[in-house]
Amino acid sequence: MPYKILILFAHPLFEESNANKVMVDNIPDSPNITFHDLYQEYPDFDIDIKREQELLVLHDIVVWHHPMYWYSCPPLLKQWIDLVLEHGWAYGRQGTALKGKLLLQALSTGGKQENYCATGADRFTIPQLMEPFCQTAKVCNMNYLPPFVVHGTHSMDEDGYRQNGELYGQMLHYLENREVELSEMSNYKYFNDYIATKMT
Amino acid sequence: MEDSLLFQAIIYLLAAVICVPIAKKLGLSSILGYLFAGIIIGPHVLGLIGQEGQDIMHFAEFGVVMMLFLIGLELDPYKFWRMRRVIVGMGMLQLLGTVAVLFIACSIVLRWEWQVTLVISLALTLSSTAIVMQTIKEKGLTKTSMGRSSFAVLLFQDIAVIPILAILPLLADGSINNKDISESIISHMPAWVQTPIVFGTIGIVYLGGKYLIIPLLHIVAKTRLQELFTASALLLVMGVSFMMQLVGLSPALGAFIAGMVLANSEFRHELEGDIAPFKGLLLGLFFIGVGASINFTLILADPAFIIIFSTIFNSIKFFVLLAVGRIYKKSSDQNLLFSFALSQAGEFGFVILGFAVQLNLIPSVLSSQMMAVIAISMVGTPFLLLINEKWIDPFFGVKERQSKKKYDTIDEEQNDVVIAGFGNFGSTIGRLLKANGIPATVLDMDSDRVDSLRKMGFKVYYGDALRLELLKAAGCEHAKVFIAAIDNPQANLKVVEMVKKHYPHLKIFARARNRNNAFELVDIGVKDFYRENLYSAVHLGVDALVEMGQRRYTATRQGQRFIRYDEEATLRLAEKRHDKKALLMSTMEEIEIQEQLIREDLYAQLSANDHAWESADLKKEQEERL
Repeated sequence: MPYKILILFAHPLFEESNANKVMVDNIPDSPNITFHDLYQEYPDFDIDIKREQELLVLHDIVVWHHPMYWYSCPPLLKQWIDLVLEHGWAYGRQGTALKGKLLLQALSTGGKQENYCATGADRFTIPQLMEPFCQTAKVCNMNYLPPFVVHGTHSMDEDGYRQNGELYGQMLHYLENREVELSEMSNYKYFNDYIATKMT
Repeated sequence: MEDSLLFQAIIYLLAAVICVPIAKKLGLSSILGYLFAGIIIGPHVLGLIGQEGQDIMHFAEFGVVMMLFLIGLELDPYKFWRMRRVIVGMGMLQLLGTVAVLFIACSIVLRWEWQVTLVISLALTLSSTAIVMQTIKEKGLTKTSMGRSSFAVLLFQDIAVIPILAILPLLADGSINNKDISESIISHMPAWVQTPIVFGTIGIVYLGGKYLIIPLLHIVAKTRLQELFTASALLLVMGVSFMMQLVGLSPALGAFIAGMVLANSEFRHELEGDIAPFKGLLLGLFFIGVGASINFTLILADPAFIIIFSTIFNSIKFFVLLAVGRIYKKSSDQNLLFSFALSQAGEFGFVILGFAVQLNLIPSVLSSQMMAVIAISMVGTPFLLLINEKWIDPFFGVKERQSKKKYDTIDEEQNDVVIAGFGNFGSTIGRLLKANGIPATVLDMDSDRVDSLRKMGFKVYYGDALRLELLKAAGCEHAKVFIAAIDNPQANLKVVEMVKKHYPHLKIFARARNRNNAFELVDIGVKDFYRENLYSAVHLGVDALVEMGQRRYTATRQGQRFIRYDEEATLRLAEKRHDKKALLMSTMEEIEIQEQLIREDLYAQLSANDHAWESADLKKEQEERL
């Protein structure tokens, strides 16, 4: 049985983003994949909590797809986290609605991959920086996968966009149809690497 | 019994209540309804009221007095100064032109004394502010070029009454002797005394208003008794009228001056609100009085003279107005409307004739005949306007515009967005789109606005959006979005229906006046309706919540939630209201729905249906764990 994927996409200036445009274009056209554009749905940050929770319940895998701004997510996604992941529903003693679901972050960064290390300009690795999101998922009893990252979008050519977009599409296709080996996850920093091993 | 005030009042009110709705139902203006009510209950048909209607007229003139007081109130000196060119220019042209043509025509054809001719010319030149302003208001033409010009000309006429009345005593040489006339205290003084007294009184009204009335109103306002304020407003108007009558001047004039004096006092709006209901009722009474005072015996004694004279003087006024409009470069349809609307003689004609009779300037039989002429022309105006609307205007407006239009449709590119109605609402939308580089094609009924918009680079079509050819010319076939933003909700609804029927591919966004209007839109299948006051009202409410101590973000979220809830409620009620078998009057329906909404508000979880950023639950759970 295929897995149902909910892509929560948050980009305040999507029309100007080449990398994300190609990524979104590569999302497989499947009844099991729901693309949910938060800035399109809630331009005034007035999130319909009930509706979002219903959507979550209907899916097995949740993707937070967003550009990385100031080592974090765009504000609407944070608003979504604040409002939708309610105590007593997503976490807390009775909050078990999300238990066992997978959570994947799909990020784009303008800066190159080599900057994200102790000696680089950004001083921390992506998993280190995304620790708050990982922890959020843990509190909600979800399984946080290593992030899928497209680095260096500021200096990328058309070919680069295309390759990353296709990889994103393939990854979603894989998630839809195949079981993810959770035990192997600790071996990978990026989900890109895990997928690469599966593609060959 | 029949003379009792109560009986009289019942007759009047009953006549109005019966005739006005009938007139409205037939698509005629309410003025016609009142006039016919007057004719029917008047001495010549049913004979239910007054000897020759004169008594009523005296009382009902008060409606005119109050109207002029209100016009004066609206006319603060600043506005007057801004409009000075139009007021003085157009007004003067119309007044002098009409008086001259009438005077010459009458001198040639009728062998009256020159003073008589002049008095009659002056009396007939002044149009009826009551009829025209009421018509303009009813037809929603206030903001059009025709509305503004009419206001300017009428205003000039209203002001011109002062010098006209002041000059009349100078014309009198006592060659005519009327008996049984009511006398003012100054009428047997020599002319050279009368004139200064007249001007002096006007001066007293001005100074009194400034140094006596305004301080008095301050004191009254401090008592914080609403009814006392209304009383003072009425006292003020009546007092001024009485004073004017004492010196034989028109009370309306005094009220107008008093209004102007008070125009830039802080009480302006309050006075307006207090007087307006009285004005409406008394104005209706005035129109009834005009109807009742038409002296049919006099008309029947010499019908040819009255009818021919009425027709000729109406045409003269019409053509002079047309010429004035031409000079001021009005588009032909606006000019036609303007000329038809102002072509009658008005209530000041009665005043001038009455005053002239008192001064023995004019024989009373002739004066009565002229009053009949004035009354007939007043009755005729709504019909003339109807004729213009139905037969003349469509022919003119369309013909002239289409020949121009053919050129700009062929080679220009079509826009994706069509906006019908470019008033305050539509123009805001247009500007927002334009600022974002989305050109829109605009349809609008006001030809002058059309011209100015064209100059600013909008692609504008003049005309009634209800005409299919116009929708076609505007490119509805290839457009994507149609925005219905016409001021008149009924017209807007019809346009939406037309567009849905003929251009089903268009995405329609419709303006809705109120909830009922929104229901009607829902009924014809429009999902995207925008109630024009919901959003600003909620916005204001949010600010009020903030003022009451709520955090701005919390209040804003409450506002968002309320809008969503209210939109849902509107959709729900739109369906529900069809369940009812009886067709209620629309206001009843509105009230009922309002009640239903308020009841539902009690049950809806409008306050906190989420617990975002709250920690009460968390704390509780922690405590339980300990």
